[in-house]
Amino acid sequence: MAEHGVTAIAEETPAEGWRSIVSDWSQDKQTFHVPWGKAMMWIFLVSDTFIFTCFLVSYMNVRISTAVPWPNPSEVFALHAFGRDIPLLLIAIMTFILITSSGTMAMAVNYGYRRDRARTTALMLITAAFGATFVGMQAFEWTKLIMEGVRPWENPFGAEQFGASFFMITGFHGMHVSIGVIYLVTVALKVLRGDYERAGGNYEIVEIAGLYWHFVDLVWVFIFAFFYLW
Amino acid sequence: MAYVAIADRDHHLHDPQTFVTKYIWSQDHKVIAIQYGSVAILVGLVALGLSLLMRLQIGFPETFSFITPYSYYQFVTMHGMIMVIYLLTALFLGGFGNYLIPLMCGARDMVFPYMNMLSFWVYFLSVIVLIASFFVPGGPTGAGWTLYPPQAIAEGTSGVDWGIVLMLVSLAIFIVAFTMGGLNYVTTVLQARCRGMTLMRMPLSVWGIFIATILGLFAFPALLVAAIMLLLDRAIGTSFFMPALISMGTQTGNDGGSPILFQHLFWFFGHPEVYIVALPAFGIVSDLLATHARKNIFGYRMMVWAIVAIGVLSFVVWAHHMYVSGMNPYFGFFFATTTLIIAVPTAIKVYNWILTLWRGDIHFTLPMLWACGFIFTFVHGGLTGLFLGNVTVDLPLSDTYFVIGHFHMVMGVSPVMVLFGAIYHWFPKMTGKMANETLGKIHFWMTFLGTYAIYLPMHYLGILGMPRRYYAYGNTEVLPESGVIVNQGITIAAIIVAVAQLIFLVNVFYSLKKGKPAEENPWRATTLEWQTPDTPPKHGNWGPKLPVVYRWAYDYSVPGADRDFIPQNEPPREAKA
Repeated sequence: MAEHGVTAIAEETPAEGWRSIVSDWSQDKQTFHVPWGKAMMWIFLVSDTFIFTCFLVSYMNVRISTAVPWPNPSEVFALHAFGRDIPLLLIAIMTFILITSSGTMAMAVNYGYRRDRARTTALMLITAAFGATFVGMQAFEWTKLIMEGVRPWENPFGAEQFGASFFMITGFHGMHVSIGVIYLVTVALKVLRGDYERAGGNYEIVEIAGLYWHFVDLVWVFIFAFFYLW
Repeated sequence: MAYVAIADRDHHLHDPQTFVTKYIWSQDHKVIAIQYGSVAILVGLVALGLSLLMRLQIGFPETFSFITPYSYYQFVTMHGMIMVIYLLTALFLGGFGNYLIPLMCGARDMVFPYMNMLSFWVYFLSVIVLIASFFVPGGPTGAGWTLYPPQAIAEGTSGVDWGIVLMLVSLAIFIVAFTMGGLNYVTTVLQARCRGMTLMRMPLSVWGIFIATILGLFAFPALLVAAIMLLLDRAIGTSFFMPALISMGTQTGNDGGSPILFQHLFWFFGHPEVYIVALPAFGIVSDLLATHARKNIFGYRMMVWAIVAIGVLSFVVWAHHMYVSGMNPYFGFFFATTTLIIAVPTAIKVYNWILTLWRGDIHFTLPMLWACGFIFTFVHGGLTGLFLGNVTVDLPLSDTYFVIGHFHMVMGVSPVMVLFGAIYHWFPKMTGKMANETLGKIHFWMTFLGTYAIYLPMHYLGILGMPRRYYAYGNTEVLPESGVIVNQGITIAAIIVAVAQLIFLVNVFYSLKKGKPAEENPWRATTLEWQTPDTPPKHGNWGPKLPVVYRWAYDYSVPGADRDFIPQNEPPREAKA
């Protein structure tokens, strides 16, 4: 075994150019100067990106392949309010809520690093409440469409792949939001209880939960763009 | 920094106390590795049995009344799926990945031991769901391992009631398990190496497993999405993959789906999957060759970059599995080009293996035999890959036994060769006993020669035009009398090879009981796993102090050194004084 005092571990000559990039990235112990949990969350999110990309590309593919005309989203997703049909009203509100929740989440991360437990907890719970509202409004939208006769295998407006893709993709995203709400509430309660004070006042976990939350919001922007605006 | 890494903790790890926490709900990466490996090998034996049933039918048609066309396709499907995913992926990444990454990187465990434990048990659940499909009404699915719709979920295909559902559910569960394990492997390699272990000093085994895991994390999502959509098509009648069609004389309710979409999704997973299996094999075999030829690996940096390049390229070649599916010819041109480009880094690796052996001090130990066997079978299977990568050559050969011969040689036999070599190589470290040399050599020669007896004639049959996935050939013009005899010969060879695998099992159990006790470093290897204070390594791997690494993993036969190997954690000579 090695003697403990010896530390001559570096490469013999300092590298240049392309090689210096490689040697920076391949340093001993760790490649990225972040905690393990954060590194793992980033890698997971890249993997999850592939899932949503596959879903969206598949949706585009069936939308092109089907011979029946695609329903007009501005009509299908219109909401009757103030005496007339306003296209995409509900979705606009949902999107606004979700993006606002990203803002409160970012503030929670900020207060987390200042070890302001009360404010962090409050902001995380507000974020979770926004998320729950989003899921609730989505449930409303699903109900409305189901009442109008939209099913995964048929709908009165046109191509049957419309209902199938809609329920599958928004359902999968809604599941992500719901899991995120549970995750945020769990972490918020642990922050409030002071669990992380005992671990040395380290609030990285708030940021890790935040990464997941921002990702879910970002995915929604793409679903919004490709499903509702196209 | 307040975030204290497990590898840097001063206080003692919480050692498991009871039998249950030590061997069943274990969070120790070594125990999890052996759990993964044992389950994978067990389920692999099922798949081996299925392949024998298939061969009996092809070699001696109309002899075995219990093999119906209905069950024959079930054997084909389950054999393929189990071998590729539940055996090879699980054994290389779940088994060897788990065992080798922390030991070779000098970590005490994976970064998230609890999630690692979950990964195994979720994998176990996926295997149970898969095996359950043998016992449901209608039996397992007979859709072929690629599960192409519409046929996979159309009436008349075997197992359309239950089998296909269980298969898709099992795949989804497997992907969850793999993701939990894979995040662990990648994060451990990136973030938890010991002092001095730069990425460019890692043994190639770790490099291969690392890049393969990244491929898995990016490729399995496509399979997950395909499985969910196919499940929806089957369960609630959506039409993602189902065009308007008439089945059993009546029009189905489907309309407008795209069967080709499934093929794209499946092969976007399926081709990287080939390298998920092959890259760990490439890495491990590099270490076996260097250790047993007592020479540094030739061109270490090139080997690393070749692994990375193959990993990247494997994502842009998937449609070479679909030349006959009716794509735009320009697609074929693009995918043929990328496919042939993969041959460049692969050839670099093969040349480097051979140059590692060149003028080496070759010891024909058991692991070395398998490693050399791998070079033969891999070159063989790889070269036929060049044939099939060209559109014009592929068209007549597509769906013939030439393809069967090719992919069994390149991703069946070759990785299995490495697996056996790796098991014999690390057996002393895992168990503290040496594997029996004589039994191992009988096992090797029967397997090596036997696989050639099986797969070489298949190329001949393929060029004759013998199509794959046929239950019986009858009096066809493509299959002359000689072809019938060849098929019988293949079947007999397959039985002999299968029996040879029993020798392996006997060897494992015999050596566990009566094997010679192993020294700490019987192969005089440089890598860290051989420098542990205990053999087999205890929980926490390294005793009180983590190792410190001073050199790369391949300091064999260094001129002027007092031994023909210098362990990675041996300080430079001037520092010693």
